[in-house]
Amino acid sequence: MIWVDTIVQGILLGGLYALFAAGLSLVFGIMRLVNLAHGDLIVLGAFLILVAATALGLHPFLAVLIAAPVMFVLGWALQTWVLNRVLGDDILPPLLVTFGLSVVIQNALLEGFSADSQKLSAGGIEAASLALGPVTVGVMPLLTLVSAVAVIFGLNQLFYRTALGRAFRATSDDAVTAGLMGIRPQNVFAIATGIAMVVATIAALYLGIRANFDPSVGPARLIYAFEAVIIGGLGSLWGTLAGGIVIGVAQALGAAINPEWQILAGHIAFVVILLLRPRGLFPRAND
Amino acid sequence: MSDVLLSTRDLTAHYGDFQALFGVDIELRRGETVAIIGANGAGKTTLMRAITGLLPHAPDAIRFNGENIGALSAPEVLERGISMVPEGRRLFPSLSVEENLMIGAHKRKGNGYWTLETVYDIVPILRERRHHPGTALSGGQQQMVAIGRALMSNPEMLLCDEISLGLAPVVIKEIYASFPKIKESGASIIVVEQDIGQALKVADRVYCMMEGRVTLQGTPAELSRDDIHNAYFGVSA
Repeated sequence: MIWVDTIVQGILLGGLYALFAAGLSLVFGIMRLVNLAHGDLIVLGAFLILVAATALGLHPFLAVLIAAPVMFVLGWALQTWVLNRVLGDDILPPLLVTFGLSVVIQNALLEGFSADSQKLSAGGIEAASLALGPVTVGVMPLLTLVSAVAVIFGLNQLFYRTALGRAFRATSDDAVTAGLMGIRPQNVFAIATGIAMVVATIAALYLGIRANFDPSVGPARLIYAFEAVIIGGLGSLWGTLAGGIVIGVAQALGAAINPEWQILAGHIAFVVILLLRPRGLFPRAND
Repeated sequence: MSDVLLSTRDLTAHYGDFQALFGVDIELRRGETVAIIGANGAGKTTLMRAITGLLPHAPDAIRFNGENIGALSAPEVLERGISMVPEGRRLFPSLSVEENLMIGAHKRKGNGYWTLETVYDIVPILRERRHHPGTALSGGQQQMVAIGRALMSNPEMLLCDEISLGLAPVVIKEIYASFPKIKESGASIIVVEQDIGQALKVADRVYCMMEGRVTLQGTPAELSRDDIHNAYFGVSA
């Protein structure tokens, strides 16, 4: 029974990792850009929620409604004025620029908020739990997973049911020909990064409620997100959810065997899947 | 309104240090179909890329509807009413047949003759295959999707770059059978062809290019086999 419980807790944890990864997956799927600052942008989002919550006395779930549009504009601007200029055939410039951005964001947050640990307080809901048959699950972890599924579902609808999604996919296939159709790839990229930042803000909400955060925790979130994207298969959003869950379950199982093994077990699962399925669990057919 | 829809004046274009076009002058009148013929590397596709804003060149070398369009980007050129069927079709593999067509209407304003329904009417098989991936069709059907996609913006001018390349003669005939309908819808057409016979059949006027220059022009009736042979290969027959 303890194992069932462990696996369920792992799946719920996977929801958080999937949220970390969804924005990264979206951006990579559309413009083949690996944003090394993604983890730091999530932490920036968490600080934005914190500021909005403290300044206006709002619950974090409401404060996220203020932080998300700000992050959208930030993502849009970042893509328009910085990342679009370095995207091209060479993959190195965007990597270097986003790496630099990661350092800048960390240090700016350190300057603004100091290295103290912060936490978003969601009140009683943090301790609430629910009995689901034989296992008891926390309401917050459950909400995290439900949000992850909802975000991935929403992004898929956007991708496959809207004109914007069509433009995303066409631009991802062939940006030059998309230009001949009247699509401006740079605008499409800017909107995509804006949306990725909204998703990052949702991830930030659950990151901040679940655990302490400070300006230095971004890169570790990036690693989990990156692993989830790779495990799921590049460019597949449902794959990213599966990838997050794989890491979550591996970490939970590792921790159940020996608490020191939690983080390591996640990374080992990543390496094993990379060995067995180098293109991930759900690779896109036409990559 | 002038009779001339598109004109290029002393158009030059470069790929890096390599000069691909040397002072090309062509003209397309309203309602006309013009064919541009020439061997591989003659500069035909480069000319199409220059017109559609994919290749930078002198800003005042191309006029369309009385406006200099030389400095415009590809989406801006499309918004002026120029649509291209690119060489090699370039369908979007992630999109279904219908989505490929719909993306052609991305920037369409108001009403025009071409809709999903009118495109399906000229190629009924596409209606049946509408939910298949565009790239799962036969070469000829893919070519029709590419032409339909270009028509969905209801262009004033349609550029067709090597639409018969790699297709069987019977398929090529089917594709060109759609041209009267396209002309009827009000679009003027430039076709780039290596198939001289096909070009002479469909065009009101023909330009022959060689090594980045126009070497011959005229109506199909005016041009003799020898003239064309000379202009196409640069040697006497």
